[in-house]
Amino acid sequence: MAESILSLKEVHTYIVQHHILQGVTLDVTAGRPTVFLGRNGAGKSSTLRAIIGLNPVTSGEIHLAGRPIQGRKPYEIARLGVGFVAEDRAVFYNLSVEENMRLSMFEENEQAWNRLETVLDLFPDLKRLWRINAGLLSGGQKQMLAIARAFVNDHRILLIDEPSKGLAPIVVDQVGESLLQIKDKTTIILVEQNFHLASLVGTDYFILDDGRVVHQGLMEDLVEDQALKQKYLGIG
Amino acid sequence: MTSDAASVEIDMESGFNTKTWAIRIASIGIWFLPLIWIDPTTYIVLTIAGLAFGMLLFMVAAGMTIIFGLMDVLNMAHGALFALGAYSGGYWILNLLEKFGWVEYGTAVQSFGSLLLAIFAGALAGALLGIVVERVIIRGVYGDHLKQIMITMGVLYVMTEVTKIIWGASPEVVLVPMMFQGSYDIFDVIVGKFRVVALIVGLAMFAGIQLVLMKTKLGLIVRAGVENREGVQAAGYNINRIFTGVFTVGAALAGVGGTMWCIFQEQVYPEIGLENIIFAMIVVIIGGLGSVTGSFLGAIIVGLSFNYVAFLLPKLAMGVNILIMATILLIRPWGLMGKE
Repeated sequence: MAESILSLKEVHTYIVQHHILQGVTLDVTAGRPTVFLGRNGAGKSSTLRAIIGLNPVTSGEIHLAGRPIQGRKPYEIARLGVGFVAEDRAVFYNLSVEENMRLSMFEENEQAWNRLETVLDLFPDLKRLWRINAGLLSGGQKQMLAIARAFVNDHRILLIDEPSKGLAPIVVDQVGESLLQIKDKTTIILVEQNFHLASLVGTDYFILDDGRVVHQGLMEDLVEDQALKQKYLGIG
Repeated sequence: MTSDAASVEIDMESGFNTKTWAIRIASIGIWFLPLIWIDPTTYIVLTIAGLAFGMLLFMVAAGMTIIFGLMDVLNMAHGALFALGAYSGGYWILNLLEKFGWVEYGTAVQSFGSLLLAIFAGALAGALLGIVVERVIIRGVYGDHLKQIMITMGVLYVMTEVTKIIWGASPEVVLVPMMFQGSYDIFDVIVGKFRVVALIVGLAMFAGIQLVLMKTKLGLIVRAGVENREGVQAAGYNINRIFTGVFTVGAALAGVGGTMWCIFQEQVYPEIGLENIIFAMIVVIIGGLGSVTGSFLGAIIVGLSFNYVAFLLPKLAMGVNILIMATILLIRPWGLMGKE
C-alpha cells in the first residue's frame, strides 16, 4: 500500500463557540494530488488551516508522515514541511517579488538558491518582475508568486486554498498550468470551487459537508458521476 | 491582460506629476518663509537647533512607531521607559562617573566614554522595564487599542510616582561631559556642541533602523509581519519571539532618547515622561502610525517649526505643533507615510 503523507483522525475545531470541523477523517497518499471539494462553509479551508495550525485543533489527531503535528505552532508545522498558500493575501504587497521569495526561504544557502533557480524556470514571469512590489502585480501574477513562494522550500505537502478565486477564466488556466508543473514534485492538497481546475490537477478527492468528509474517491470517477456532483457540489 | 494594469500603476509612480511636484516644492519652500522675519544668521542657528530638537523627538518616537507598526500596540508607557532611561543613563550613571572625574572635567576620551556608558545604561534600563511591561501588562490587552491606551497610560502615571519615591519630586541637575559643553562659533553662527551630538546620534539611529529593516532578513520578517502576521507564521517564523525582540529594541530606543534628552536639557524631573509622550504622539501621528521614515520627517517638521515659532511668537510654540498635526491629518488622514 502507498505511503500516507498526511492523515487526519476525528479532527474537531471550534471558532469561538461555533463547531467548525466536526470530526474530519482522511488520508492523503504521498505523491497524489488531492482536492477538497464541497459547498461554501463545508469546512474545506478550515481543514487546511487546522493542518497548518492556524485554527487550533480541539480534539483528534493530525499526522504528517506518521508524526503527530496537532497542537504545534504554525511556524513549527511549516518547518516540518507543510507549505501553505492562503486564500487571499498569500503574498506580501509591500515587499518586492524578490523579498517575497527570500522571506519564504528558510535558509539562504546555496541549495536554496539553486532551488529558487528551478522555481524561476517554472515561473519565468517572476524573474522579469523581480524588483517590483508584489502589490502591483496582476491577480494571476500574484497567485503565481504565492505558489512559487510555497514551492521554494522542499515541502512534503503543499496546501493551496482556492487559487482561482477572483481570477478571470484565462488566468485560471495559467494557474492550472503552473499547478500541473509542480504536482509531481510535491504532494499538493488543493481546495477549489472551480471544478474544471480541480479535475485538471487532482487525482484523489474528498468531499466535505458540514465539517465532515462525506465522500472520497478518484477524481476520474467523480467527473463521470453526475448524481454525486449534483448532490454535494450543486453542479452536473 | 491584467498585467497592463500593473504597468500603468508603475508609470504613475515614476512618471512626472505636476501636482505632486508642486506639493513637494511648496513643502520645501515653506521652511524658508521664516527668513522674512528672521535675519539669516539667526535663521541658521534656529534651523540647526530645530534639527537637533527634531532628532531628540525622533529618538522618542522611533520605538513607539515601530511597536505600533508591528504589534498594533499603542504604548503610552513608552514615556515611562523614556523617563527611566533619563534617570538611570543621564542622571545616575553620569553622577557615578563624575565621582571618578570623568564627566564635568574629563578628558576627550572620558567625555566620550561617559556619554557612551550613559546611552548604554539608558538603553538597558529602557529594555528591562520594556520586557516587564510587555510580559505583565501588554500581553493581556493585545488587539484592543482602548484598553492599551488606558492601562499603559496608567503605567506611565504609576511610574512617574515611583520615580518620585526613588529620586525625589524636584528637578535634578544633569551633568554634561566636558567635551560637549559650550558651543562652536562658526562665522557668528553659534551651535551648541551637544546639539551636534544629538544630530549625530539621531541620524545614526535612523540609519541603523533603516539598515536593519531594509537590508537584513530580520528586517524583512518585521516588514512582512507589519503587513500580515499569519502569513509570516505560515512561512515558518516564530512571530511571538520576533514581537518580544522588537518591543525590547523599541523600549531600548526610548531609554536612549531619555538619556539624550535630559543631557540636552541639563536636568531631569519625574514628569519628563508625561511631557514627552505628547510630543512623541504628535510626531508619530504626523508621520503615520507605524512608519519610521514618517516619524523621522515628522520629528524634523515639529522640531523646526517649534524653534522658528518659539523665536517669533513664543506663546504659540506648542500650539503650532497641534496646528501642523491637524493640517496634515486634514490632507492625509493616515499621516505623511502611513498606510490606507
